[in-house]
Amino acid sequence: MHVRNRPLAATLAACFALSLGVGAFAPAAADEPGITPTEILLGGLHPYSGPASAYGAIGKGILAYFAYVNDKGGVNGRKITYKDLDDAYSPPQAVQLTKQLVEQDKVFAMFDTLGTPSNLAIRQYLNDNGVPQLYVATGASTWGSDGAKYPWTIGWQPDYQSEAIVYARYLLKEAPNAKIGVLMQNDDYGEDYLTGLKTGLGSKSGNIVKVATYEVTDASVASQVASLKAAGADTFFVFATPKFSIQALVAAAQQSWHPRTFFNSVSASATILGAATKAGGEDATKGLITTQYLKDPSEPSWADDAGMKQYREILAKYAPGADPNNGFFAYGVSIAFTMVDTLKRAGKNPTRKAVMDIANHLHETDNFLVLPGIVVETTPKDRFPIDQQRLARYDGTHFVPFGEIYAGRGRGR
Amino acid sequence: MSGMRVNKYWSVAVLALLVLVLPRFVPSYAAFELTFVGAYAIGILGLVILTGTNGQISLGHGAFFGIGGYAVAILAQKLGVPFWASVPLAAIVSGILGLGLGLVALRLEGVYLALATFALAVATPSTLKHFKSLTGGSQGLAVPSLSPPGPLHGVITSEQWLYYVTWVIAGALFLLTSIALGGRLGRALRAIRDNEVAAISFGVNPQRYKTFAFGWSAAYAGIAGAIVAIATGFVSPDTYTVALSLALVTGAVLGGIDTLWGALLGGVIVEFLPLLVQKINPAAPSVVYGIALVLFMIFLPGGIARSIQAVIHPLRLRREIHHARS
Repeated sequence: MHVRNRPLAATLAACFALSLGVGAFAPAAADEPGITPTEILLGGLHPYSGPASAYGAIGKGILAYFAYVNDKGGVNGRKITYKDLDDAYSPPQAVQLTKQLVEQDKVFAMFDTLGTPSNLAIRQYLNDNGVPQLYVATGASTWGSDGAKYPWTIGWQPDYQSEAIVYARYLLKEAPNAKIGVLMQNDDYGEDYLTGLKTGLGSKSGNIVKVATYEVTDASVASQVASLKAAGADTFFVFATPKFSIQALVAAAQQSWHPRTFFNSVSASATILGAATKAGGEDATKGLITTQYLKDPSEPSWADDAGMKQYREILAKYAPGADPNNGFFAYGVSIAFTMVDTLKRAGKNPTRKAVMDIANHLHETDNFLVLPGIVVETTPKDRFPIDQQRLARYDGTHFVPFGEIYAGRGRGR
Repeated sequence: MSGMRVNKYWSVAVLALLVLVLPRFVPSYAAFELTFVGAYAIGILGLVILTGTNGQISLGHGAFFGIGGYAVAILAQKLGVPFWASVPLAAIVSGILGLGLGLVALRLEGVYLALATFALAVATPSTLKHFKSLTGGSQGLAVPSLSPPGPLHGVITSEQWLYYVTWVIAGALFLLTSIALGGRLGRALRAIRDNEVAAISFGVNPQRYKTFAFGWSAAYAGIAGAIVAIATGFVSPDTYTVALSLALVTGAVLGGIDTLWGALLGGVIVEFLPLLVQKINPAAPSVVYGIALVLFMIFLPGGIARSIQAVIHPLRLRREIHHARS
């Protein structure tokens, strides 16, 4: 037996030596990856399967808008190819697929990867390799605030903290001595909102009389709502995802609690409030306040808006079967508009560096799904593209915008 | 028999050779994917021991995967423990917790055990979120990457280095398992699986062996989770959902739950089946997983490994199946 195995060991050893001797990989070609005379190749990840698959609609909205742009001649003569893969909201898959997109497909940039965990997992790799990680679809504040450490990464939508700051500023003006009760999801998303609220309230943080949390696995939030009512709160902050936010509104109405209600924009669509009104009566929803930065396609008052019409035409033609009232499609189309805008401004021969530079100097006033008056804008020091939001009040059937446009992080104040 | 054994050595040698030279012929990201194959194979090897050899079902091995991943992340980030120490520690931590679960499992059998371990898998993400100061909550924790040691710097990439480290660990664990299952321990575990009363009458203590099998198997899952965490560079609670536990069981069943080769094939399946299916239809991975599982249960109950063996050694297999059924 020993004699038989000796040549084997020798072969293995020889092969290992050989494998080390072959040397490192050849350096990459000088040309910009992902750019050919006729094509710009972008990569992205969305959860098309798994628990977060509802967000897949964003990817489909993006694909529809790129198809529309390509039909109109593309960007500076090049067509956009968007290789959008399913990471099932799982960071290990996100890392593998990103490496595949960067090293095998040689994408020019990553665009609109969804979810905080997935983006955190791939950020270091993309920054190490100088691959732009553009307009990530998450509301965490790190995308904008950690630009010094991760210059190749940038977000797009308003972060949750700034939204809460907007509420706080309004409340301080309206009712400086309000007694505040907060219902929040017990994770980083809820935490971000609470941090923003405290920042916005500043010395008035003591106005928060109670914070009640729920887990995503909870069946109901009725007891949390009861505890806020019992604490004597007259102002109700709902930092919750759609299902729980409907429950919260209905529970408050059932307990005959009619506070001043602030309702996070994550859940503030006409569809969701319609459901809450149906279950809890008009008292449950009327008068609640939220923020908006995009036009809500399920909101009838936008029906005659030119931008909304264009959006509906694009979806009808390039994403047949998609429900245009689903706000995620609108989000996808709107963010794709910013991407196309960025590539256009990068000129005839876009480079990764140039594109990043433009992402740091955005000034976009014509995004047709962003609310009028809101500018998609960045500077190297302020890397939060959409930072402005508008307050809106629900009148029982519609969101009615009111007041000025707020900037959560101070710009344009 | 001797001829067969030589064959076996050669097939292992060819495989080792392949593992050794492959990174030279495939792009870096492919080596990276093969690292995951190695890690998943280690995890499934744990199921081969527990389910295939000892007959205890676990639908919760994703939890031990998570414990291994978080152990490495916490040890590295909070205590600065290096890789070579943190991976064995991850194995020990998840192994001890596995022993604990093994004690509970003694009172449960069949579907009840499946359900209890399933509950463990369901509870994992929210438990990880709960201990926020330690686990970073739903934000997760970053895991430092593994760079090659001094002399190899610039010669191989950190991805290739992790690939070699993973496969050396996998090779060692497969060898260890092969020896252990081929001896007294393996016979005892199989005896308990086949007939517990008969095993007792031969002087085997089922409680001790069953608990040990759980701990042993969980330690493997912990090592696998540790490697995946290092490769990903990041751990977050929602990575360790029920879906991961089920993927491991699926891989084990499709690969062949009672052979070491089955664990290796299972690793390939868990890694590449979702990627492959995605190319066909982005929304379908779980459906295809389900259909594959049902078809295998009907047509190839022994998994791919057993089916290949059936082609190579028809008589031996027939004897073994006959043995297993009786």
